[in-house]
Amino acid sequence: MTHDAASPPYLQVDDLRVRFNTADGEVRAVDGVSFGLHRGRTLGIVGESGSGKSVTSLAVMGLHDPARTRITGGISLGGRQLVGLSDGDMRKLRGRDVAMIFQDPLSALHPFYTVGRQLVEAYRTHHPDASKAQARQRALDMLDRVGIPQPDRRLHQYPHEFSGGMRQRVMIAMSLMNDPALLIADEPTTALDVTVQAQILDLLADLQREFHSAIILITHDLGVVSQVADEVLVMYGGRAVEHGTVAQVMRGPQHPYTWGLLASIPSLHGDPEVELKPIKGNPPSLINVPTGCAFHPRCAYAMKPEPCAAQVPQLLAVQADGHRVACHLPEPERIRIYTDEIAHVGVAQ
Amino acid sequence: MLRFLIKRLLLGTLTMFAVSLVAFGMFFMLPRDAVATMCVKNCNPERLERVRVELGLKDPLIDQYTGYMKGIFVGRDLGSAQGGYCDAPCLGYSYTSSEEVSDIFARVLPVTLSIVLPAAVLWLGLGIGLGMLSALKRGTVFDRLAIGFSLTGASMQLYFVGGMLMIIFVYTLKILPVPHYTSLWEDPLDWAGGLVLAWVALAFLFSAVYARLSRAQMLETLAEDFVRTARAKGLSKSRAYGRHALRAAITPIVTIAGLDIGGALGGTVITETTFGIQGLGRTAVEAVRLGDLPTIMATVLISAVFIVVANIVVDLLYAVIDPRVRLG
Repeated sequence: MTHDAASPPYLQVDDLRVRFNTADGEVRAVDGVSFGLHRGRTLGIVGESGSGKSVTSLAVMGLHDPARTRITGGISLGGRQLVGLSDGDMRKLRGRDVAMIFQDPLSALHPFYTVGRQLVEAYRTHHPDASKAQARQRALDMLDRVGIPQPDRRLHQYPHEFSGGMRQRVMIAMSLMNDPALLIADEPTTALDVTVQAQILDLLADLQREFHSAIILITHDLGVVSQVADEVLVMYGGRAVEHGTVAQVMRGPQHPYTWGLLASIPSLHGDPEVELKPIKGNPPSLINVPTGCAFHPRCAYAMKPEPCAAQVPQLLAVQADGHRVACHLPEPERIRIYTDEIAHVGVAQ
Repeated sequence: MLRFLIKRLLLGTLTMFAVSLVAFGMFFMLPRDAVATMCVKNCNPERLERVRVELGLKDPLIDQYTGYMKGIFVGRDLGSAQGGYCDAPCLGYSYTSSEEVSDIFARVLPVTLSIVLPAAVLWLGLGIGLGMLSALKRGTVFDRLAIGFSLTGASMQLYFVGGMLMIIFVYTLKILPVPHYTSLWEDPLDWAGGLVLAWVALAFLFSAVYARLSRAQMLETLAEDFVRTARAKGLSKSRAYGRHALRAAITPIVTIAGLDIGGALGGTVITETTFGIQGLGRTAVEAVRLGDLPTIMATVLISAVFIVVANIVVDLLYAVIDPRVRLG
């Protein structure tokens, strides 16, 4: 976060709130999230399902159905305000300035069109004057760039003729067709084999260096974040609970929920006898979010009823530069608990 | 592809063979004397017996069956009472209307095709269009009206809708002639004018089903990841929905449409009766009523051909639409 601090971030999200109207009531999927991201940096957004991480990214893409969704706050992309933009204007940015990669590349690619056709379409949508040959050449270059062998042959194949990892490479190639400044990857490796996961993450890191784009990596896996991200935003119940550099959050996490996430990932370097500790309980309902800190019903350190069950903790800066935590526990107490009770268990990276 | 086609054609032939056996067998199991039914006057037992011999009905069943089948493939001599030699494909000589069955079919088949095919174009266009639009406008007044329309259509009967249409357009407003059939090649305007009510009635009933089906299919497809990808690429709504979603949503509808059209070609009896038009359906029913074996056999076989061909066409179309389908 000290990186490029002089210039404004390419993506700036301010107090973003996303609400859905459903038959059961209003869902507060994202409830006041703020963060900034510079080009060339990778932000990992981490949380369980329902934490609001995917909803946040879809809001940046402008892909929520306006008829059922209310979005307030600010999303500034390269200086342009996205909230309230018409679909026609948003459409011109989608795929050109901000592109997205999805979790399951098999279902995210159209089963009835060849890979080449889908890539060409992505290019020509934003380059209407480009000839088919130019678009095809661009598709070939991109397939080659993401490491797909024999791209000229593969161009004519359908998604089902590719392996899972190759398919995700196709998705990445498609997202890069228009050289976007921001790339959002929503669980890009979750559906893939472990060995392929590492290749895809490496590829993303390579491409970022080459294209100098900003990347938002959405995942539930802190291990993935520690491999590729520069910064981490931990989300819970639609709110940001901890935000900082990877080093800050992974080495000195200060939110009890982050501790829980760290304790539930296996470590190659830790003691194999140590049992993984899943976080007790379930993610909260987003219709009836618990009062106060949404995490307090599952938090072993909550001070109940006051203030944890009564007041929503603000995401406040701690001593370390740029590290922010939303927790009612006093900072010295959090540092003490982490060093005494959590860190020595050997789960910290 | 070729292998698939050959395989399916062989299978279709086998199906036809089985259908012909069943139809033949059922006719002879009926506790009814076709000759006595046909006979109008001077029906003394000797005369009936003589007719039975002339028609070959005294021959062993197996000979009658092989004779009939031989006629289809190479033609056969039916004897002087039945118009002499009958060229292949010989469908036999009608017991009741003194002409070759193939001549009857040359007359009634164009009628049925003229009713079903334009109606199918109407019902597919109307039904799929309505269903897709209401899926895109889910929850709006348009959607509710479309659902209401399809519920109404699905709960109607053809003879009621057809009757109402005739009362309104033929007898009250007098803007359409009484339904009838004229050859398309003779007078296209009269052809359309005489059949338009049948098309509308059929389209109303069938499109209701297709509207509901297309709506459900489209809603399901709109929730697919690849539609979201299309939007994420920056495609406009109309292109993402009209091309990416529609193509996937329409696939299962093609299957059902093929089978429906195949079935409708073989079974338009209610439509024909409602509008008083003589096509394949009424011919079949009359043949059954009068025990006219050659005509029964031919109608059953032709209806089965429609179904078999429709099935093959559907499978071929499926492979064209969905590249994941490999025929073989």
